[in-house]
Amino acid sequence: MATLSIRNVKKRYGALEILKGIDIELADGEFLVLLGPSGCGKSTLLNIIAGLLDLSEGEIRIGDRDVSNVHPKDRDIAMVFQSYALYPNMNVARNLAFGLEMRGVEKAKREKAIAHVAQMLQIEHLLSRKPAQLSGGQRQRVAIGRALVREPKVFLFDEPLSNLDAKLRVEMRTEIKKLHHRLGTTIVYVTHDQIEAMTLASRIAIMQNGEVQQFASPQEVYEQPVNMYVAGFMGSPAMNFLRGTLTQQNGRLSVALNGGRAQHLPLWQPSGAVSQRVGQDIILGLRPENFAVAGRAQSAAPMALAEVTAQVDVVEPTGADTLAFMELGGANTIARLRPGDVKGPGEELRFAIDMSRACLFDPTTERRL
Amino acid sequence: MAEAMVLAGRSSGTAVFGRILVYGILLLFAAYFLLPLFFMVATSLKSLEELRQGTFLSLPSHVTFWAWWEAWVDGCEGVQCGGALGGHFINSLEFTIPAVLISTALGALNGYALTKVRFPGANIVFGMLLFGCFIPFQSILLPMAFTLGKLGLASTITGLILTHVVYGLCFTTLFFRNFYVTVPDELVHAATIDGAGFFSTFWRIMVPISLPIITVTLIWQFTQIWNDFLFGASFTRGNAQPITVALNNLVNTSEGVKRYNVDMAAAMIAAAPTLIVYVLAGKYFIRGLTAGAVKG
Repeated sequence: MATLSIRNVKKRYGALEILKGIDIELADGEFLVLLGPSGCGKSTLLNIIAGLLDLSEGEIRIGDRDVSNVHPKDRDIAMVFQSYALYPNMNVARNLAFGLEMRGVEKAKREKAIAHVAQMLQIEHLLSRKPAQLSGGQRQRVAIGRALVREPKVFLFDEPLSNLDAKLRVEMRTEIKKLHHRLGTTIVYVTHDQIEAMTLASRIAIMQNGEVQQFASPQEVYEQPVNMYVAGFMGSPAMNFLRGTLTQQNGRLSVALNGGRAQHLPLWQPSGAVSQRVGQDIILGLRPENFAVAGRAQSAAPMALAEVTAQVDVVEPTGADTLAFMELGGANTIARLRPGDVKGPGEELRFAIDMSRACLFDPTTERRL
Repeated sequence: MAEAMVLAGRSSGTAVFGRILVYGILLLFAAYFLLPLFFMVATSLKSLEELRQGTFLSLPSHVTFWAWWEAWVDGCEGVQCGGALGGHFINSLEFTIPAVLISTALGALNGYALTKVRFPGANIVFGMLLFGCFIPFQSILLPMAFTLGKLGLASTITGLILTHVVYGLCFTTLFFRNFYVTVPDELVHAATIDGAGFFSTFWRIMVPISLPIITVTLIWQFTQIWNDFLFGASFTRGNAQPITVALNNLVNTSEGVKRYNVDMAAAMIAAAPTLIVYVLAGKYFIRGLTAGAVKG
């Protein structure tokens, strides 16, 4: 159990800067997810925390100890790898024991620790098998067990679920969450899957091009993204970005949408900074679930609703909801509707939009206003 | 349904014919390749009398192991040619076994270091080692003789071991390097975090998973070193010569009657160890060569 501080960490390969100064402070027992597309530097950062890569500048602290120049084995961390990286020549029990054995833990203690972990992960019946005789999910459990058995201060997970099939992935996700609740150990978890990030994290660091774009709780990242990149990365389907101009309409600050028809969406409780921008171009960010067919039950306050009309181009039923694709504000827009609210493509629909959840972005800086 | 059955019948008829054709051709080729061996074995089991009668192609009328015995202990009838193979067979074992083991062990260590420890210049080192595979034996004879002389190892078994280790290192390194490239780095990272150092990772993790490539390398090196003639002929003298050189001396001795049965027996004695190695480890050899080709 420990805090983790990542202070101004930079990584350079020659002139190429992979990490451009990362600052993250984690409290004891937090679950940090490093989220981003491939090549954003999240795995590099994890390897630097693990000590498998040297940092070019900055400092990593675990607890109150500076571990920047400490060998991986002495950092008191454990890592679960994407490919599991189980030792193929050893059976499960010896895989679990290897780290303890290398540290000179005596046999009786080792066996006790293995038995404890095996019971916790329900892999007792697998102890004498070789990794090749295990299924993907079982290998994953053993890999987690190998990390658990040493009782490290910080767990590092490198995309641990990406080799599993969809169903198993959801199961293991829940297991990891349960495990975290139970152990309360600090965890750093790398993934490119925003749903994994949302469900697991106590805080998410969204990365792009070697920089942290936003470091906040999942709900805050989802509802108050700092910029269009974060807004577009979180959520599936992604946030819609409608283009328009900020105007005064009937005494209320509104967004006049670009595109064929003249439609005005009055803003809900706009900030002072926004009201300075009347007459300027603006981007209105709306999540698919902020749309509903007008006249149906709405959770939002009636005052916060704004109505627009659009013609539905494509309809995709997913079972629980139906996705409607249309052109709105000069952009392709997706609305998540209740099944049955939309008949089929070509239908002209009146939508009620929950403006209390809308985000406004500056079109040039792409930052939220 | 009926149509399908007719078709099935017809195609199985063709299949049988195809099988006969395939096996026929294979048998023909097998016979073609086995014929020399047959002559060698048959000749080596005949007495000189029988050979003089000119029955070169027939089976021996009565089997005798005299020629084998003669090849092993005596060699060239009365002439001092150093042709008795027994001693030279032991010589060959004496330098082949250490040279094979040392070059394989060093190759494994090299391959591991080149792929899993990213030291600066690793690619240049590997490139230079690879270059060694393409240097013809003949071109290093003089520098090697000079080096061995300076080291005081000229005409010794140790010198020959050193020569074969140095020359074999390029190949063994190449084999192991190409095998270890397919082993995920994460395995080594996991071992590092688990607290295993350079050598314990190598010994506890890498070596146990290298069995296929170890077998390939052992067979390759054994065949190369056992069958080598040039280094043996150049760097050893007299009683220290390997079996390949001794065989050459025995066969080329032109005194007296040409003793074909002894020649044949001697040739087979010289070839036996490599044959035995192939038979014993052959299936691992094929497995090793195709290792990594199939997921598993």
